Amino acid sequence: MEKKKYRSKSVAERISLVLIYAILIIISLVWLIPFVLLVVFSFRGESVGISADYIFPKQWSFKNYITLFTETQFLTWYGNTLLVSVVVTVVQTVIVLMTSYALSRLRFKLRKPLMNIMLILGMFPGFLSMTAVYFVLKEINLTQNLFGLMLVYSASSAMQYYICKGFFDTIPKSLDEAARIDGASRHTVFVKIILPLAKPIIIYTVLTAFIAPWGEYMFSSFIMLGDTDKYTVAVGMKSWLDNAMLMSQGYFAVFCAAAVVVSIPITALFIWLQRYYVGGVTGGSVKG
Amino acid sequence: MNLDYLKMSPPEKFWFNFKAFFRRLPSAFAAFFKAIPKKLYKIWLAFAGIFINVGKAAKNGDWKTRTSFGIMGFGLICRKQYLRGILYLFFEVLFILYLVFFGWKYLAKMGSLGEVARVEGRDPLTGIVTYTYYDNSLLILLYSLLTIFIIAAFVYMWYQNVKGNLLSQEFEEARINLPTAKDDVRSYANENYHKSLLAIPVLGLVVFTILPIFFMIFIAFTNYDKAHMPPAQLFQWTGIDNFVTVLGGGISANSKVFAFTFREVLLWTVIWAFFATFTNYILGMVVAILINKKGIKFKKLWRTILVITIAVPQFVSLMFMSQLLSDQGLINKLFEKWGLIDQAIPFLTDGTLAKITVIVVNIWIGIPYSMLICTGILMNIPADLYESARMDGASPFKAYMKITLPYMLHVTTPYLITQFIGNLNNFNVIFLLTGGEPSTLEMQFAGKTDLLITWLYKLTVSESQYGIASVIGLFTFVIVAVLSLILYNRSKSVKNEEEFM
Repeated sequence: MEKKKYRSKSVAERISLVLIYAILIIISLVWLIPFVLLVVFSFRGESVGISADYIFPKQWSFKNYITLFTETQFLTWYGNTLLVSVVVTVVQTVIVLMTSYALSRLRFKLRKPLMNIMLILGMFPGFLSMTAVYFVLKEINLTQNLFGLMLVYSASSAMQYYICKGFFDTIPKSLDEAARIDGASRHTVFVKIILPLAKPIIIYTVLTAFIAPWGEYMFSSFIMLGDTDKYTVAVGMKSWLDNAMLMSQGYFAVFCAAAVVVSIPITALFIWLQRYYVGGVTGGSVKG
Repeated sequence: MNLDYLKMSPPEKFWFNFKAFFRRLPSAFAAFFKAIPKKLYKIWLAFAGIFINVGKAAKNGDWKTRTSFGIMGFGLICRKQYLRGILYLFFEVLFILYLVFFGWKYLAKMGSLGEVARVEGRDPLTGIVTYTYYDNSLLILLYSLLTIFIIAAFVYMWYQNVKGNLLSQEFEEARINLPTAKDDVRSYANENYHKSLLAIPVLGLVVFTILPIFFMIFIAFTNYDKAHMPPAQLFQWTGIDNFVTVLGGGISANSKVFAFTFREVLLWTVIWAFFATFTNYILGMVVAILINKKGIKFKKLWRTILVITIAVPQFVSLMFMSQLLSDQGLINKLFEKWGLIDQAIPFLTDGTLAKITVIVVNIWIGIPYSMLICTGILMNIPADLYESARMDGASPFKAYMKITLPYMLHVTTPYLITQFIGNLNNFNVIFLLTGGEPSTLEMQFAGKTDLLITWLYKLTVSESQYGIASVIGLFTFVIVAVLSLILYNRSKSVKNEEEFM
């Protein structure tokens, strides 16, 4: 009797499992194929525009990569973006950690108002303030300048305190209190006790801060308007796509090669630190 | 929850909740506005406190304290608190120098925003035209604003100075040892540690976020556009003209078009944000459930496949997609070659189809994120809930509707709200995918897939319509703020009324 019941369930279960596997395989394909295409296109040896009606190149070659590194400004752009994102990462991580610790552990009169103000500021379309920032930068001669871009990216990073503060909130307060009784100052508590415990959230902050400048287009295109030497990769590569003449000369394949070169280090970094990213994202979304 | 509600069929329940939400909207609004006087009263109390303290200092202070009303830090220096006293004095001198040599010039012209922009001079011998520049409306506005901010900071410092002087006088009278310079410095690692931590972050916020926002609010009341570009021309205060133009009350033909464009873009922005948020959320949850299901192997593999797609910079995937989906792109070409279609499918060039395309591509971009978030939470749902549901004969779909969905919604409301706000201002997906195209003549500088934020970008970067753009930016802010405040309130009430489990 029992055996029969078990068996019938197993058939239904099996069908549903097969269905789910099928769906998962389809999903994986849908998500991966565009990236496979990207890689395949980058090895295209023949010069055709975007309007090719085949997938695999007629001749495989590294031509596009060679063009990319010898004939275009891509390396400059790459260096710009790397420099900006390294500096922004350092500054932003420090600012986020300081803000989060102050808002999580210290009690002062303006704590609640400050948090509310940051919530409201987050609702302003960032671009609204862009023109004013642009003129401020222009006055101090920092437009078309990488330092200006770094300043813009890191200046308002305090607003990203949310996830990090949530993490600090979960560290038991008794730790602080014990150290305070032993005579440690608040500064010592922060540096010697909280920071070593905050490794996962520090890595999360570093990772997100490092990746952001690679994909940011709105601010960098506005600040660097017209100076191709100062472009970041996103702005530079978009300028290829917008240039119909380049596109007709087969620059689409060069674009793909550039995309591959940009994606490799970030993807590697991401896979390496995936665990922390997932932890940060899932932790941050639940806190009310 | 009353019994009538439990008796309802699911569609009825949905309708009931739907109506209840909108019935509560007015009261949510009312509560929001009712809270304003209370807040104002609180702020007033805080101000009154300042005056009372200053009055107390004037009345009880000895001559040293009273002198420090004019010469900041005087009393402190007399009482041997040299470090603090000298810092106050230094700050005062700096402030006066700034005001006299820089700030005042601009502040004085704020009312008119300048009178002479430039004067043309012709060299009598060579005939070469030279320009001499005088007033620059933009700089006048910017620096006046900066000066106002600095004055506010000074007033605050002055108040702190008065309070500090009075306090040190009281300490002296009570024969308590005054804190030394060393104590003062040390306090910045202890009681005042928040000041040391927050000084730089808050300064960054003020200079690069708050000051610019005020600047743009002021710009909304001027005629700063292509025809009024400093330094060659001046711009002037025009009152609420820009607001009238955007809302369609203006006399010019432009105004009607602007109002129409604003309505259309706003409508699409809200529709987009709604679909982009919920399609991602629901589908991401479904994928997470599928992967999580008992008996599925290689869970980690499936998850990793999706997660690594997050690592590829979004702009790469978006631009690549825009190429694949264009009229001459690979997808159309392949379909034509295989004989599936005769002419290209206008994925990105037909208004309605383009809207659907951006939502679908956004699903492709966004599912890995929402899958990640849902996975973590799904694992927390107690398994015995499902077990008992199955015992009672509930189908998997029913279990999903009755257990999974309510639980997830309950836990992830804050995430959903931030996603929704983020999507209202989602620049990248629209700009890099369609660029707001297809364009149409009916609308002013906007295409059919333009969101408020991308329209704003075009109005500023390519059209230099700064005044109008600021108005639209302000409206965007108001809409986003009202929507999210209502959602926040609503999520709070849900939490209080029916705590899950």
